[in-house]
Amino acid sequence: MMQDKNTEITVGMFVAAGIAALFVLAMKVSNLTEFTDEKGYQVIAEFENIGGLKVRSPVTMAGVRVGRVADISLDPDSYNAKVTLNLYSKVDNIPTDTSASILTAGLLGEQYIGLEAGAEEEFLQDGGVIDLTQPALVLEQVIGQFLFSKAEGEDK
Amino acid sequence: MMETIRSLGIWGLNTFERLGRGHLFLLHLLTGIPALFFRFSLVIQQLYSVGVLSVFLILISGLFVGMVLGLQGYNTLVDFGAEESLGVLVALSLVRELGPVVSALLFAGRAGSALTAEIGLMKSTEQLSGMEMMAIDPIRRVIAPRFLAGLISMPLLAAIFSAVGVFGGFLVGHGLLGVDDGAFWSQMQVKTDWFDDVFNGVIKSMVFGFVVTWIALFEGYDAIPTSEGVGRATTRTVVHSAFAILGLDFVLTALMFGDE
Amino acid sequence: MPLVKIRDLHFYRGDRAIFDGVNIDIHQGKITAIMGPSGTGKTTLLRLIGGQLRPHRGTIEVDGQNVHKLSHTELYELRKRMGMLFQSGALLTDLTVFDNVAFPLREHTDLPESMIRDLVLIKLQTVGLRCARDLMPSELSGGMARRVALARAVTLDPMMIMYDEPFTGQDPISMGTLVNLIHRMNEAMELTSIVVSHDVAETAEIADYIYLLSEGKVIEEGSPVKLKRSSSQWVQQFMQGLPDGPVPFHYPGTGFSDDLLSPEVSA
Repeated sequence: MMQDKNTEITVGMFVAAGIAALFVLAMKVSNLTEFTDEKGYQVIAEFENIGGLKVRSPVTMAGVRVGRVADISLDPDSYNAKVTLNLYSKVDNIPTDTSASILTAGLLGEQYIGLEAGAEEEFLQDGGVIDLTQPALVLEQVIGQFLFSKAEGEDK
Repeated sequence: MMETIRSLGIWGLNTFERLGRGHLFLLHLLTGIPALFFRFSLVIQQLYSVGVLSVFLILISGLFVGMVLGLQGYNTLVDFGAEESLGVLVALSLVRELGPVVSALLFAGRAGSALTAEIGLMKSTEQLSGMEMMAIDPIRRVIAPRFLAGLISMPLLAAIFSAVGVFGGFLVGHGLLGVDDGAFWSQMQVKTDWFDDVFNGVIKSMVFGFVVTWIALFEGYDAIPTSEGVGRATTRTVVHSAFAILGLDFVLTALMFGDE
Repeated sequence: MPLVKIRDLHFYRGDRAIFDGVNIDIHQGKITAIMGPSGTGKTTLLRLIGGQLRPHRGTIEVDGQNVHKLSHTELYELRKRMGMLFQSGALLTDLTVFDNVAFPLREHTDLPESMIRDLVLIKLQTVGLRCARDLMPSELSGGMARRVALARAVTLDPMMIMYDEPFTGQDPISMGTLVNLIHRMNEAMELTSIVVSHDVAETAEIADYIYLLSEGKVIEEGSPVKLKRSSSQWVQQFMQGLPDGPVPFHYPGTGFSDDLLSPEVSA
């Protein structure tokens, strides 16, 4: 009987360790903690070009995360990219004339949206639109332009 | 020529027959699962021999795999000036792939082969037959608890493996190579998704646990009841499990991460 | 009305006929022996009666029920009333002697532990191993293992018990013990016994009726006395253990002198 009890205790410890490991993976390694305040409000921004932006890419303001990209679609009329941003509800004082630009973290890093606050007294509401946008810097285009201007310069 | 074709045919028929028997065996043992919730002590005994006895191996292997990932990853990332991403690299490799796959391979070698040998030996010493004649269904009484124990143990072992591996990667990355610990953890958290990465990894390990335990138990139950037969069955368990794990891993990865 | 009624039994392993039209009756309260040379499928017969194997043709009825027409549940109910003693004992190696004997009780009944203890001790007392109850099966001799298995086979008080080669490989003392036990059990518990064996002397000593099987057929049947007086040469050879007779000493083939003179040299 003593053996049975020891078996049960070690099995209990094993199961606890396994669940603890899962918990660590959820809390420490991944972003489960963010799920709780992901219920925010949504605003829309249109971009000429979004480059490598993806759904779930971060949205930051002054480098602080304030939300995530919720959805990306093509606007059928303007042929622009329509990006839906999910902003945290605690950040509820973003002015309506705020500008959004697509930036790159480091030279080869992933792309994210940076917001720059405007000066209006009114704040963005759910379903609001950000009008001032700046498209992503597409490396091929930049290099293309650079080579083009260089070639033009040599002609003269 | 005809002989070759004939032997190919025999091989095919035998393979299909075995597959059929394997599936009937699985169905039979699944019917024994509900009753186990009323006699959970049977499962606890098996959790001990299947799960607890594999923990040490998993801990050590996980730690070393994580440490190696830390070293190798650092050397590659540092060329791009991206050594801050070491945490992401270690965590994603472990949680998505190495955790479920390597721990399942180790599990097949440690617990799977032991299960096959145990069941095969019980068969060859007529213990299974003896139970049948005592009106006790050995598939439900002996096999089903082991199956459930394997199913429960595998995800837990994989989680332990990944968690210890991340810690091993951190030890090497921060302690040995001096990667900033804040960047290590925060980058990891930003890029590792709870559902897409961690949870899918858990699903993978559950599938592997199911398949490995099934293979191991069936090989034991279907073994030729001699010492040579049991020996061969044990080898087959490890080989077939490895094939199944790696093949299924590709399929599951394609399903889970393919459309990104 | 016999307890076990086997009619026109056919069973094949691959192309080889193990049973080719066998009829056997086993009567209640008697010890019936099934004898025959090795490889005649005596153990297979027990497995057929127990429903572990299916005959290719013919029927086996136990207590009026056709074993191979029963559902899974009905078959298991029937098996509770049949005991079987395997050649190896088939004890569960990870349980003690006591737990082995208690195993069927714990699985099939909800009896309180104190009553299980009493019942197990009674059965172990009958086979003379009450004081060995804490040993593991690996610590038992072959004869003791078979006695434990016998105690286990009768814990549910079955109506019949099947013995698979109970005397094989035993020293004279444990052989004597087992012969005595089988005989006593049958009388005291009003069992019906089927003994499968090729140990002529021991089996003839306790059997009420003997069936002799060879090459898939019943060659001879009757009481031990009748078989010993049989006029058949084959029966005489088997019962007396003569080295040569209708079953030749030499494996059939070409003559010895032909072989010696043949020019074929195996490389």
